[in-house]
Amino acid sequence: MLKHKTIISPLNQKLLRDINHIKTQIAAIILVMAAGIAVFVIMFGVLDSLKLTKETYYDRYQFADVFASLKRAPDTLRNKIDEIEGVSVSQTRISFGMTLDIPGLIEPATGKLLSLPDTHIPALNQLYLHAGRMLHPNEENAILADKSFFEAHKFHLGDALSVTLNGHLRTLKIVGVVLSPEYVYSIAPGALMPDSKRFGIFWMSQSALAALTNMTGAFNDLNIKTEHSVKLNNIISRVDQILAPYGGLLAYDRSTQLSNFFVENELKQLYSMGMMAPMIFLSVAAFLVNVVMSRLIATQREQIGMLKAIGYSNAEVASHYLKLVLLIVTMGSLLGLFIGTWMGAGMMRMYAEFFHFPILKYSFSVEVMIFAVFACALAAVIGTLFSIHHATGITPADAMRPESPTVFKISLLERLGLHRQLSFLSRIVLRQLERRPIRAFLSTLGMSLALCILIFSFFMEDSMNYLMDVQYELIQREDLNISFIEARPLRALEEIKAIQGIIKVEPIRSVAVKLKHQHYEKRAAITGLSNHPDLFRVIDEDLQPVDLPAKGLLVNKKLAELLHLFIDDTVEVEVLEEKRTRLRIPISAITQEFIGLGAYMNIHELNRLLDDTPRITGASIMVDANHSAVLYQELKKIPAIIGLNILSVLRQIFEELMAENLLKMVSINILFASFISFGVVYNTARIALSERGRELANLSVLGLRQSEVAYLLFGELAVITIASIPIGIMFAQQLAMAMSHSMDTELFRIPMYIANSTYAFSVLILLMSTLLSFYLVWRRVKQIDLVSAQKGIT
Amino acid sequence: MNKPTYCFKTEALKKTYITGETEVHALRGSSIEIPQGEMVVLLGPSGSGKSTFLNIIGGLDQASAGQVYFKKKNISKLSTKELTLYRREHIGFIFQSYNLIPSLTALENVALVCEIANNPMKPEDALEAVGLSNRASHFPSQLSGGEQQRVAIARALAKQPEVMLCDEPTGALDSKTGIVVLKALMEANEKSGATCIVITHNVSIAQLAHRVIHFADGQVSRVSLNKTRKQPEDVEW
Repeated sequence: MLKHKTIISPLNQKLLRDINHIKTQIAAIILVMAAGIAVFVIMFGVLDSLKLTKETYYDRYQFADVFASLKRAPDTLRNKIDEIEGVSVSQTRISFGMTLDIPGLIEPATGKLLSLPDTHIPALNQLYLHAGRMLHPNEENAILADKSFFEAHKFHLGDALSVTLNGHLRTLKIVGVVLSPEYVYSIAPGALMPDSKRFGIFWMSQSALAALTNMTGAFNDLNIKTEHSVKLNNIISRVDQILAPYGGLLAYDRSTQLSNFFVENELKQLYSMGMMAPMIFLSVAAFLVNVVMSRLIATQREQIGMLKAIGYSNAEVASHYLKLVLLIVTMGSLLGLFIGTWMGAGMMRMYAEFFHFPILKYSFSVEVMIFAVFACALAAVIGTLFSIHHATGITPADAMRPESPTVFKISLLERLGLHRQLSFLSRIVLRQLERRPIRAFLSTLGMSLALCILIFSFFMEDSMNYLMDVQYELIQREDLNISFIEARPLRALEEIKAIQGIIKVEPIRSVAVKLKHQHYEKRAAITGLSNHPDLFRVIDEDLQPVDLPAKGLLVNKKLAELLHLFIDDTVEVEVLEEKRTRLRIPISAITQEFIGLGAYMNIHELNRLLDDTPRITGASIMVDANHSAVLYQELKKIPAIIGLNILSVLRQIFEELMAENLLKMVSINILFASFISFGVVYNTARIALSERGRELANLSVLGLRQSEVAYLLFGELAVITIASIPIGIMFAQQLAMAMSHSMDTELFRIPMYIANSTYAFSVLILLMSTLLSFYLVWRRVKQIDLVSAQKGIT
Repeated sequence: MNKPTYCFKTEALKKTYITGETEVHALRGSSIEIPQGEMVVLLGPSGSGKSTFLNIIGGLDQASAGQVYFKKKNISKLSTKELTLYRREHIGFIFQSYNLIPSLTALENVALVCEIANNPMKPEDALEAVGLSNRASHFPSQLSGGEQQRVAIARALAKQPEVMLCDEPTGALDSKTGIVVLKALMEANEKSGATCIVITHNVSIAQLAHRVIHFADGQVSRVSLNKTRKQPEDVEW
């Protein structure tokens, strides 16, 4: 006789109904898993896309490997550069700063003007034409503009720009819009954030720019492409030697090229986040799967015994439960993949605003996704197999026999005699916790991780705000700062003071130097400030302002670390400008700064050491707000001014950037972290109900009030939640410290700072998702029929 | 080879359990032969070893010591996998607490065995045999105790097994339902020649059987044969 076969087998029918019975628990786990997969897909999708785009762009448009600026050298010097071993291609060009008077912009914008060869496309750092045309040979007064500046001001092709270049007012026409691999991330020197409205890059034909800047037959900017697998340090040293007599400012490679640095840093952050966050989510998901499945298998112990009794093999029973695990993994993966792909595309749009690539395509490698899903599935399956093995490892007779009463012991607190203040209900809660210490620990860990993610997601904003506060409220307290094309006599300060609208002026003298201590050396700038600066201040590690002593150098903490400097050490200073003086200066203080490698000294002492008449390269200015508009108009007219930063604008740009982008990331993190906390609490509560429903019904029958039953059920969870708070805070602090450490670079440092409000808000979110879980489970408790519960049906 | 006359044979069968922190000697060396095709009742007080004995011969549990033979095959040496196959191919079980899958309907619970048995009945026919065709789509929670037990019997019958092992099949039932259950068992024994072994503490039910094996204190105290067998209607509850 043929075996009877149904369309859906009875075991699969059972599976579907079991799923329906615990659908909320399963949904919670799927959400956690989906969050992990989504973050993985987002981060690695964006990472892969950015990496590929960057590498293709750099390769196709011949992004240079070594860069150097200098004062001025004859074009013929290039032959010497080409002779350096390891140099594949070199390119010389002219680079000049300029200020721009943009209609509708009160303050002057700044720009960098670079030359392009007249007769051929540049050998290195080639341009991608986005709109318009390239320059004609020898074309005068025509420029190419970078795309972000062009679009920020809604210019049209043919628009004229009024600029101050080399001390002269000029009108230049925009004929083309381009992108350059050198300026994927376009940020003005000394700035923290990109500001497309106030800083732009432009290109002009070599002959035209040379004529305007008296650089015919000369260059002041050098790019080099090296051969594969050469030691860059050797090339850099040789370049420095060759350029030294020409005011060379020390060559550098891609790692400190501003644009590439920011791109690489971003990739590094994506990688870290892509590894860390999914690991957390998927670990929690695997833990939850294990907890839910082990509980399900435990409650179905007798059914398993019966199935085995009638002839189902261990493999058939195991595969029945594994199907549920694989269903969860599949659903979580599909949902995660969908969310990840959708959000990843959105994140790429966000990056398109920052990173100026010609094309930015979103893609991700399927292998990476498969790996993530496989890792999660493996963890979930292994966890389940342990439970299945335990259930099928016993004989069918034992399985069908009622479980022996749970073994309880007097709790630790009771053994220590500390229980006298505790009610008997509290003692039950304690004993319950101690009965399954590993599960209690893992649940606490899960909740801590949720809290950690919440706090950490606010950390970046907190630390950036802190950085900005320190920089713009403690250090730079001026309203604006200006820099000159070249050093001016001290009396220029008086001329500036005389301009209407200026309340206070402090001098700045900035000199490019090479600092050397033992065998460590670094390129930096020494900034000379007045004895008791009030506008641009120097602060110590306690954030207190420091007076500049008559003699000695103050270096910031990062610079001190790189040069292994301590107070009273002597540092060798090689001035990279003009006379290239060599000095030996003692270190008088270590200062605190989050940006750059700052070195400071008394301006009078600096001028004296340089054997110069007192000179300034810029000034910090306090402005009368009522006259600021007039003031800026006056400043625009001063040809000697090459740079101008309005600090309130810088702060505003930062805040807009934070509001727009960081907020999105924070919202996503809050959502995902809530999945974890809800997932852990809901499943733990639901399982507690399943394990103890009968016991709680018994207690209700005996006369316990609902509030007392709730206390028994949720007391354990409340202890876990409360215990998770300090642990979660500690994790978050460690993570923030690690992130801060990984973002400790020469160009900037992210301080390790988490606001008190962040802790409070994060704990609040955690508690809210906990309360939501409690509410959902409590609703179920209220629906329990006391009679059914006596039979173990909850 | 001679066809064995016994269905089961045990030699010095022992079983010790560890429950929580206590050791229980459920069987202390039982030796018995159960002929094929008989209806046999295992009688004795609670804790005398009846269920343990039934579990071991049914392959649900393994003895701590001794031998068990099913038609000359030593099943005490079988691996877990082989025991599963043994139960699948030869044994039908009925438990006191029915052991139905709560998330499956009556028909689906019966179909469970039909999926894996070599020569099953149609699940509908098995349900009809116990008079529950009209309850096929009901879940266990929607059935009375008696109805649940009848579903369990249908599940066992559907396999058309050589052996039916019943642990207190009427323990939780009223007299009327109990009679129906006993009739179904006797019919299975008479029509298909299945060896039926029934555990009960109701002495009256023992009178339905061909043979009664008395258990006491983990051992077989005596074996009695019924010269005449009563009918289920005559059983005193």
